[in-house]
Amino acid sequence: MTDTPDNDQATARVTWHSEEQKSRLKSRYRKEKIFKFFAMSSLAAAIAALVVVLGSIIMTGSSGFTETRIEMDIFLDKTILGDLPTNDRQEFEKQVAGANINRILVSSLQKEFPEVTKRSDVFALLRLFSVGAQTDIRDVILNDPSVIGETVPVDLLASSNVDMLIKGNISRDIPETDRKISDQQIAWVDQLNNAGKVTQGFNWSFFVSGDSREPELAGIWSATIGSFLTLLVTFLIAFPIGVGSAIYLEEFAPKNRLTDLIEININNLAAVPSIIFGLLGLAIFINYINLPRSAPLVGGLTLALMTLPTIIITSRAALKAVPPSIKEAAIGLGASHMQTVFHHVLPLSMPGILTGSIIGMAQALGETAPLIMIGMVAFIVDTPGSIMEASTALPVQVYLWADSPERGFLEKTSAAIMVLLAFLIIMNGLAIWLRQKFEKKW
Amino acid sequence: MSAYLLFIILILILTCFYYVAKNRSLLLVDGDIKKLHSLPTHYGWSAGVNSFIPGFIILSIWAISKDSLINKLMISQLGTEAASLPAFELNALLNNISNYVATGAGDENLAVYAEYYRTVSEKIAWSFFLASIGVSCISGYYTLYKMSPAVNSRNHLETIIKVLLLAFSVIAIITTIGIVFSLLFESIRFFDQISITEFVFGTKWSPQTAIRADQVGSSGAFGAVPLFMGTMLITVIAMLIAGPIGLLSAIYMAEFANKRIRKIAKPLLEILAGIPTVVYGFIAALVVAPFIRDTGALFGLEIASESALAAGIVMGVMIIPLISSLSDDVISVVPQSLREGSLGLGATQTETILKVILPSALPGVVGALLLATSRAIGETMIVVMAAGMAANLTINPLEAVTTVTVQIVALLTGDQEFASAKTLSAFALGLALFFTTLALNAIALIIVKKYREQYD
Repeated sequence: MTDTPDNDQATARVTWHSEEQKSRLKSRYRKEKIFKFFAMSSLAAAIAALVVVLGSIIMTGSSGFTETRIEMDIFLDKTILGDLPTNDRQEFEKQVAGANINRILVSSLQKEFPEVTKRSDVFALLRLFSVGAQTDIRDVILNDPSVIGETVPVDLLASSNVDMLIKGNISRDIPETDRKISDQQIAWVDQLNNAGKVTQGFNWSFFVSGDSREPELAGIWSATIGSFLTLLVTFLIAFPIGVGSAIYLEEFAPKNRLTDLIEININNLAAVPSIIFGLLGLAIFINYINLPRSAPLVGGLTLALMTLPTIIITSRAALKAVPPSIKEAAIGLGASHMQTVFHHVLPLSMPGILTGSIIGMAQALGETAPLIMIGMVAFIVDTPGSIMEASTALPVQVYLWADSPERGFLEKTSAAIMVLLAFLIIMNGLAIWLRQKFEKKW
Repeated sequence: MSAYLLFIILILILTCFYYVAKNRSLLLVDGDIKKLHSLPTHYGWSAGVNSFIPGFIILSIWAISKDSLINKLMISQLGTEAASLPAFELNALLNNISNYVATGAGDENLAVYAEYYRTVSEKIAWSFFLASIGVSCISGYYTLYKMSPAVNSRNHLETIIKVLLLAFSVIAIITTIGIVFSLLFESIRFFDQISITEFVFGTKWSPQTAIRADQVGSSGAFGAVPLFMGTMLITVIAMLIAGPIGLLSAIYMAEFANKRIRKIAKPLLEILAGIPTVVYGFIAALVVAPFIRDTGALFGLEIASESALAAGIVMGVMIIPLISSLSDDVISVVPQSLREGSLGLGATQTETILKVILPSALPGVVGALLLATSRAIGETMIVVMAAGMAANLTINPLEAVTTVTVQIVALLTGDQEFASAKTLSAFALGLALFFTTLALNAIALIIVKKYREQYD
């Protein structure tokens, strides 16, 4: 402290109440305010982004859960249906499936709109209804064969364009050539609507049917099953291997080169882009081992390799959190190291391990790029029955629909995203619940 | 004679030996468990596992080598004529034969070979089947035979488990090796057709190779510079958005916010981090891109509907939570004494943050930014859905650019002929992507390790 005299002189010269110092202080406080404002608005911007993302999904997607139906009086003409063998159920179903329902629909429509005679107009009228409308009529016949020959009111599924018009997603103001529904069709829809025949209801088929080229018929069931099978494979592979290597690295690994190499590799794999895992899956599982393309098995294997680092890292943290006193007590009572780990440390760290694994699974559920690489992007209507059958997955379904130019798929995409997000929230909620319920503070 | 059946039989054998050995261990000491070295279950497991492992090894050899073994025998049966066929035709012939066996339909001339195929594959299956079960029983029986109260079967069992756990850990290494080699091999095949210099320095990317020689406009150019530039452009936009916002939100949450705000904001950011990238891609294409295009139109600007800006902004939003949580971690590690010292000297909170805390947390922050950059470079879905397909060499964020990941997806979706330069180029791009992200992660790690301030 040889220079204190100088310093003393320097400080002594400062008059804190001078105008100069006051304005300096003012500017410092101003800076403080500005910085704090910027920091706060950054956080607000991040949260606003979240609101925009979720808000636009909900806004476009909530209407995807409703469908539009038009009630029509359908005359189940015996001359068109032919003689149906009502006593032999199997033969009956076969004949109904082959019956010309389209003609029934057309003739009933002509009865409702007698002024429509031109062939092209009849087709335009028919296009108000979805191809699924024929299934609706078939279901009525199958449910109660006695209605054959009578006229019954049936709620027919409207086509996607009518659906969009009713929901206001197709504007009436744009010129006729730019919209997918003609002025004439709009007039018919309005006529039906004024007669109270157009109704909107909950779209159950969205949850129970598979993909379709028609937006009003497309559903997420097969994609959900595909995702489930994929995740099942992922879990069955990644969980035992992940927990096993976490136990080895945390409890048994000697400090040597091999252990270091393993740790470096795990950390690197955690940061490898997911699409690279897709390339790996394509090159190894499909081209080399010749596993079936687009199968949940391959998707699950690929995602398992991808989630492995997450599970290992979180499991290690959970194992590390078990206090040494527990291990020492077990060893003191004569348990071997292996028994200590499997009888005491592992059960105690299980909540943490499960939490980490569920979070890893949630990541895998939302992953799209690797699945595209291994060919799970095909147009697949059928629900996969096993892990070897071609299938698609929820996020890939979102991607496929988002790519589709049809206006009707837009709300379906958002609706599918809402379902996907719901699954993710459930999984993460489960993880949080597990952590809070079972986690011990030592 | 399927592998599954054999596997189930092996499990059954394991169970049998488990129970026999467990009971026998107790019989050996007349029920006096104290005289045994290990617990009866250890003896049981030890015999069971000893019987299972050799049988399982033979099962795996069978499953792996079955096809190549049968093919080799078939080729020798088909004679020298077949052996001189080109590999492609030979494979087709073998496929025809196995199809004939499976379906019973096909060229009648193949019937003789199909018969041979059937007998040979049956013989091979039977021999492996019996060998597997036999070895399994012998090995299990030997363990039973050698069993005595002094045998330390627990140590034996624990060694096996330890080896198994080690094998699990080594899968991480195998995966890395698998990635490197699968990318490398396909890339080498690609570079056989296209020179490395063209790939690295070429400025024209149009991967459609001609199927017919006289086809127009499909010369096939594999200059990857536009792709790297496009990736860089979108990454820079994303980092310009996410860097400041992520870092400042972390600072706000760690230094300014009270407990209540933190408790609300942190989970919200975690939700942002948990949203699947395909959702971000949808938002980019549905909301952000049209918004930017329309805003540009207001000012008379011509903005592509697949502009780099839209993809970059949304990607920025995606990596905000990554940057903020990583920076939050490093900021909260800065010891409280530094904060108090600075505040005690009269510095404002902002001065403390900018002149004391940030310099001390700088290595961690830089590491976080690098990790985020590597994430942005490797991100696929957002750019696939919101960025363009045409490889424009530009640094104008209002134009459409394409990226490495977009091209990988485009090259590998749909029908493809695997050996063409077009598909192989995807692996070369993947290799470049892998090493770029690896290098960024390594640098981040080194910076954090080397420049970290130690306070203890």
